[in-house]
Amino acid sequence: MSNITVNSLVRKFGPVTAVDGISFNVEPGEVFGFLGPNGAGKSTTISILCTLLAPTSGTASVGGFDCVRDADAVRRSIGIIFQDPTLDNGLTAYENLLFHAYLYGLDRTKAKKRIDDALSLVGLDGRKNELVRKFSGGMKRRLEIARGILNYPKVLFMDEPTIGLDPQTRNLIWEFIAELKKNTGITVFMTTHYLEEAEFCDRIAIIDLGRIIVSGTPGELKAGLQGDTLKLSAADPKGLEAEIREKFGMEPKVTDGGITLTVKQGDEILPALIRGLSTKIIAVSMTSPTLNDVFLSLTGKNIREEGSDPYGPMRSYARKNHGGH
Amino acid sequence: MANIAHEMKAIYVISYRELRKFIREKSRIMGTMARPILWLFVVGGGMSRLVRPVGGINYIQFIFPGMIGMTILFASIFSAISIVWDREFGFLKEILVAPISRFSVVVGKAMAGTSISMLQVLILLIFVPVLGIKINALQFLLLLISSGMLAFSLTCFGILVASRMSSYEGFNIIMNFLVMPMFFLSGAMYPVKLMPPVLREIAYANPLTYGVDGLKNILLAGASGTTMGPEYPAIVDFAVVAGFLAVTAVLSNLSFRRAA
Repeated sequence: MSNITVNSLVRKFGPVTAVDGISFNVEPGEVFGFLGPNGAGKSTTISILCTLLAPTSGTASVGGFDCVRDADAVRRSIGIIFQDPTLDNGLTAYENLLFHAYLYGLDRTKAKKRIDDALSLVGLDGRKNELVRKFSGGMKRRLEIARGILNYPKVLFMDEPTIGLDPQTRNLIWEFIAELKKNTGITVFMTTHYLEEAEFCDRIAIIDLGRIIVSGTPGELKAGLQGDTLKLSAADPKGLEAEIREKFGMEPKVTDGGITLTVKQGDEILPALIRGLSTKIIAVSMTSPTLNDVFLSLTGKNIREEGSDPYGPMRSYARKNHGGH
Repeated sequence: MANIAHEMKAIYVISYRELRKFIREKSRIMGTMARPILWLFVVGGGMSRLVRPVGGINYIQFIFPGMIGMTILFASIFSAISIVWDREFGFLKEILVAPISRFSVVVGKAMAGTSISMLQVLILLIFVPVLGIKINALQFLLLLISSGMLAFSLTCFGILVASRMSSYEGFNIIMNFLVMPMFFLSGAMYPVKLMPPVLREIAYANPLTYGVDGLKNILLAGASGTTMGPEYPAIVDFAVVAGFLAVTAVLSNLSFRRAA
């Protein structure tokens, strides 16, 4: 049985349709990624799955429970790491986790044990009794992950888990997720608009304007593209083009100072080309398709890389200057 | 049954969080205690030279119940407004996705406001002997019960307001158009029956008037019947505060459920 099942899910906000009839399944133990630009409907979908938002139509279930009718059972089976930090800066790391443990009905002894385990998993055991206010962005994120797994959820939701973090912390967080998956068999549903992150997922769905455009493993999606792009520079591009056409029966495009060629197995064809050609080649390069190419070919646009929430900077300004509550 | 224990635990931890933070921030305690002490000794001390004692009660003693009322009012509303802060800083989401009822969230918040208020009331009560007011154990107990009821109802009232606020920009409006008029028109600083007619009508409709009068019934019982004494029978004060508590408890729950 799937851990997440979504059927023809629709969510409208007035005249705007944020989620426009999406359907997908996530199997137990899978890391499933929702990839798309801002405003594509990723966070809305997460909010519905986390029971924070009711769907306009369609159904969603998590851990076998319906997100509307059985909201309480869903809440018990999930852990969430929201896009914006949701820690209390005026409490210590330990107190934040204890708060969470009690909200999820753990008793004191169990809570203490799990808090220690979770803190050491994310490498914050030495900071247990420090106020969260003093934590860096990366430490806060790690603490939120520790909190998210405290109630041993079946499904862990992560909304843009690495947004705004430095590359080192980003890698660290990916290591946690990989370790967690190996040790607990947890199902992870995450959203991202970082293409390189989507590659860590077992399966991804590309979402744009509230619809799933395509889904599959990162490899499958890339394989659906034409293939690798080869660029060969030569002093005589025309001659090179003619020779390739004649000897290899391919259709290269002449560009400034060379040719480009799209082939299925670039890594095998490139050496063969170089061996077989008599025209003098100055330089070669090969690019494999990225998920951005997939996105580009399907939607005709690039995924914007930064600038998530228009109020983000304002809120983080307020957070910095007003500290706690 | 396990479910009830779970909800109780949630109520406990939601109120514990706020109390913990209040106690941790020493400056906040000092700040909140400075207000009634300033009023009591600076305003009250100055005014007591203008206002003659009536029924054996001087002006500082007269405003003392009002200062308790003011302390409860500010502490309760402030505590309830933390919902807006929680929403702004995202922490409310952490509470809303937890497997607990909205009812427990409201009760937890109301208990938080009540316990922070009560803590401040207890500090203020240190001044009882200093001011020359004598109370016995029963009066002390009644004082705690009345303060507790008033604090709980005012926190619920604050939750009702906070559920409708989308950002803390509205905070100043609440302070200037709700909290301050409630304080000034409660009989805390001057007897309601001596107010100009229009203001008197407003004061009659102000639940804090009865909360403060209830405290006067306990602390200034000796001055009953004079201008400085309580204005209504204790039972009326109790009934109005209890009614206010019931109404705000229900409305705060409805309003929070809709907002959340």
